Amino acid sequence: MACPILGPKCSAYYMIISVWGVVMLVLMGIFFQIRSPSLFEDINVDEEAWAKHNMNLEFVKSSYEDNAVNCWIAAVLYAVLFVFSFIQQRMNARQTYETS
Amino acid sequence: MDALLRSEEMTLCQMFLQSEAAYACVSELGEIGLVQFRDLNPDVNAFQRKFVNEIRRCEEMERKLRFLEKEINKDGIPMLNTGDNPEAPAPREMIDLEATYEKLENEMKEVNSNSEALKRNFLELTELKHILRKTQTFFEEAHHHQQALHDPSIAEERVGLLGEDPVSRSGQQKLGFVAGVILRERIPSFEVMLWRVCRGNVFLRQADIDSPLEDPITGDSVHKSVFIIFFQGEQLKSRIKKICEGYRATLYPCPETQAERREMAIGVMTRIEDLNTVLGQTQDHRHRVLVAAAKNIKVWSIKVRKIKAIYHTLNMFNLDVTQKCLIAECWCPVADLDRIQQALRSGTERSGSSVPSIINRMQTRMVPPTYNRCNKFTQGFQNIVDAYGVACYREVNPAPFTCITFPFLFAVMFGDMGHGLIMFLFALFLVLKEKQLQAKKIQNEIFSTFFGGRYIILLMGAFSVYTGLIYNDVFSKSLNLFGCQWVFPSSVGDYRLEALKGTDKILVKPNGTFTGSSYPIGIDPIWSLALNKIAFTNSLKMKISIILGIVQMFFGIALSYLNHRHFQKPLNIIFDFIPMVVFLFCMFGYLVLLIFVKWLKYSSTTAQEPPSLLIGLINMFLFNYGDSEDKMIYSGQQGFQSFLVVVAVLCVPWMMLGKPMYLRYMKRYGQKPAFQALHREEDEDEEVMFLNMSSPSPHHSPNGTATSSSDNEFKHQPLSVNSGDLMGSRYEEEVIHNPEVNGSLHTEEGVEDEHENFSEVLIHQVIHTIEFCLGCISHTASYLRLWALSLAHAQLSEVLWQMVLRIAFRFSRGWGAIGLFIIFQVWAALTVMILVLMEGLSAFLHALRLHWVEFQSKFYDGTGHMFVPFSFDHIADANPDE
Repeated sequence: MACPILGPKCSAYYMIISVWGVVMLVLMGIFFQIRSPSLFEDINVDEEAWAKHNMNLEFVKSSYEDNAVNCWIAAVLYAVLFVFSFIQQRMNARQTYETS
Repeated sequence: MDALLRSEEMTLCQMFLQSEAAYACVSELGEIGLVQFRDLNPDVNAFQRKFVNEIRRCEEMERKLRFLEKEINKDGIPMLNTGDNPEAPAPREMIDLEATYEKLENEMKEVNSNSEALKRNFLELTELKHILRKTQTFFEEAHHHQQALHDPSIAEERVGLLGEDPVSRSGQQKLGFVAGVILRERIPSFEVMLWRVCRGNVFLRQADIDSPLEDPITGDSVHKSVFIIFFQGEQLKSRIKKICEGYRATLYPCPETQAERREMAIGVMTRIEDLNTVLGQTQDHRHRVLVAAAKNIKVWSIKVRKIKAIYHTLNMFNLDVTQKCLIAECWCPVADLDRIQQALRSGTERSGSSVPSIINRMQTRMVPPTYNRCNKFTQGFQNIVDAYGVACYREVNPAPFTCITFPFLFAVMFGDMGHGLIMFLFALFLVLKEKQLQAKKIQNEIFSTFFGGRYIILLMGAFSVYTGLIYNDVFSKSLNLFGCQWVFPSSVGDYRLEALKGTDKILVKPNGTFTGSSYPIGIDPIWSLALNKIAFTNSLKMKISIILGIVQMFFGIALSYLNHRHFQKPLNIIFDFIPMVVFLFCMFGYLVLLIFVKWLKYSSTTAQEPPSLLIGLINMFLFNYGDSEDKMIYSGQQGFQSFLVVVAVLCVPWMMLGKPMYLRYMKRYGQKPAFQALHREEDEDEEVMFLNMSSPSPHHSPNGTATSSSDNEFKHQPLSVNSGDLMGSRYEEEVIHNPEVNGSLHTEEGVEDEHENFSEVLIHQVIHTIEFCLGCISHTASYLRLWALSLAHAQLSEVLWQMVLRIAFRFSRGWGAIGLFIIFQVWAALTVMILVLMEGLSAFLHALRLHWVEFQSKFYDGTGHMFVPFSFDHIADANPDE
């Protein structure tokens, strides 16, 4: 049997973080997708770049969409991390069960 | 209802326990844990008490158990903890237990000494084995050198010495040698010492033993080295031996010829084999014994501690004259007298005693202990209150109110849905896994703090989610759940697209953009985009905190009314409670009303008009109305406000002088104030409770006559057993006023002294008044911390979002997701550590302060003493070393 890479505490930590990450980043992605005005300050738009694009609304829209996609990719990464740390957790549990 | 609001009604009882039944009875009482025994022999030192011997035996048993436990831990055998709670064994079982432990201990000691001896033996043999093996190589090397040494060009001393070895052996003088084993770290100094003392005339060879050896006494593994020293002459030999001794080196005899060495090596090997088997058997035996002990050791130690606790309690009892029965005095809740009687009865039955035990309520003027019945939910809140001060007997207990107000005030300072949710989920985990976590018995102090307060944290989290909803904050972002109520008609001049393109920021006037119906719950999300967001939330949060503070202070004063009524102090109601309410209302209650009026009266169309409340309040006390007649909220405001100020000022002398003047007047012209007499009639009539009415005890029978005898006789009866209906109210005064009767039995701690003279009352009242009036102002200001902390929390979470998480959104396209993946973790960790833990702690402390100082100072005395029942509960789960 393969040895777990993460310890029991570390894997639990990553499990919690990744559950949080998945939930929050999926929601954030949705909010970016619907172009929430609260998140306007968070998107990658500075005045100069925007001015170059002639204060175009499309530029802002695409920036919102980029961020939404980023959020969802990060959410998928967290989902992967969750699966990984979950497996680690199980391995740890089995190991302690066997040793005790 | 009353059970929650006030502490349990307590009574002092006397117990008469037959000496043979006393042990069983106390054990039963310990199981139910409802009585607090008083020490009746406080002057007797611990060694002169009756059951010293038994306690000593218990301590001896505990020592043995500790020894066993240490041995078990040394072997790493898991101790079985079934969590069952054995009853305290009967006294005669104690001998069996003692014998068992004695046997086990002796066996352990024997096994230990045997195995130690065996191990020492084993160590010596192993060392010898290594010596033989290593020296073999030394001698072989020497042999090699012998051939090489005929080359005279090598003039080095060491080689020379060795080189002469074969020569000398064949020739004039024989080289001697000594072989031994020494700790590896001592080798360098050992070598230097040898060189100096023997002036370089010895030759030392050493080699490390690869595998660490086990020290037989400490059990540590140590690294050692084999050495061999060649020398010439007897004098050197004795010197070397001295040095070896000094360095704690072990010397072993080593035969000189190879054949002998080989023979010896073989012998040693066989002996090691034999020893190994013996050692294995010893270990097995030890293990078996310990495993058997480990199964029972928890139960045993609980049993022993219970026995010890019982004897300790028995030591507090009085022995009566005939030595036949023990007299105990205890505090117990009135409501539980039945259960106590039941326990006594079953205790008597268990001991097989024919004479019943008797419990008997006593009259006393001592202040009873405070006992608040709690469940696992209220316990945490009760602890918060008790940490400030234990309530006086039958005083209003703030804990039930704290259950809601504490988490609520916390949440006002911690308002954020995201952080609240984290806290709530964490506490929910603790609550749902309660049983498992309790069974684990984690000793970590931080964890047990959280675990003990899990219901508090749960409520704090839930309330924070609510206040977060009101503040519309989720990790510093707002949610537009119900639709923003501000619209920007693109037809109107300022809000047309062309006009908007021209400017960076626009001023939004509520007049025309606000739809008129407000956002259903909480703050409209549009404020999160506004520049003046902080100015707006500040004004709102300040008003909210003033309202909450004033309401809580009024509530505290209202509770003081309950206290005055319960303790029958009508004077305090008239001269304390009423002026307090009036004063607080005139100053700040009115302000709260104005806040509501201002909220209700002005709509978005008249948003520019309303006057500032703060300035208005200041002007109200300065009677400064100037020309700002149009700034008034309602007509006649000036007159009404002036009236309120005058009333408030009048309240001060009312509070300060009213009570002392009245008392003085009554003393001079009237009778004794009625309330003082009322005061004393609370004590209830005493009554006798027979466990078994059919067979009253011999000590008890004289009381039957005592009841019918004259009150004079009754007074001198130390047991003062009587039934209430037989004591006419005529005698009540006398019963209460005979401290010499009760005084002989118990010390009069905390007996109230009733005589108060005028100046004392006056000074007390003046202090009280000043404290209250200044307190009103400073406490109201103190409640502004609700606003300050919630502002700080909101700002901090916003800063964290901007400084950390926003970086992730600013990455270029390709790296955005990876960057977000990494930075999100950092942000999440910081959120938990700084915003949830640190901010949570600070909000907790401030909420604590608001309760202790601002709320409880209005009604809470907190000078009582805690009811500490004699109970086995803590014995079952406590550490043995506590």
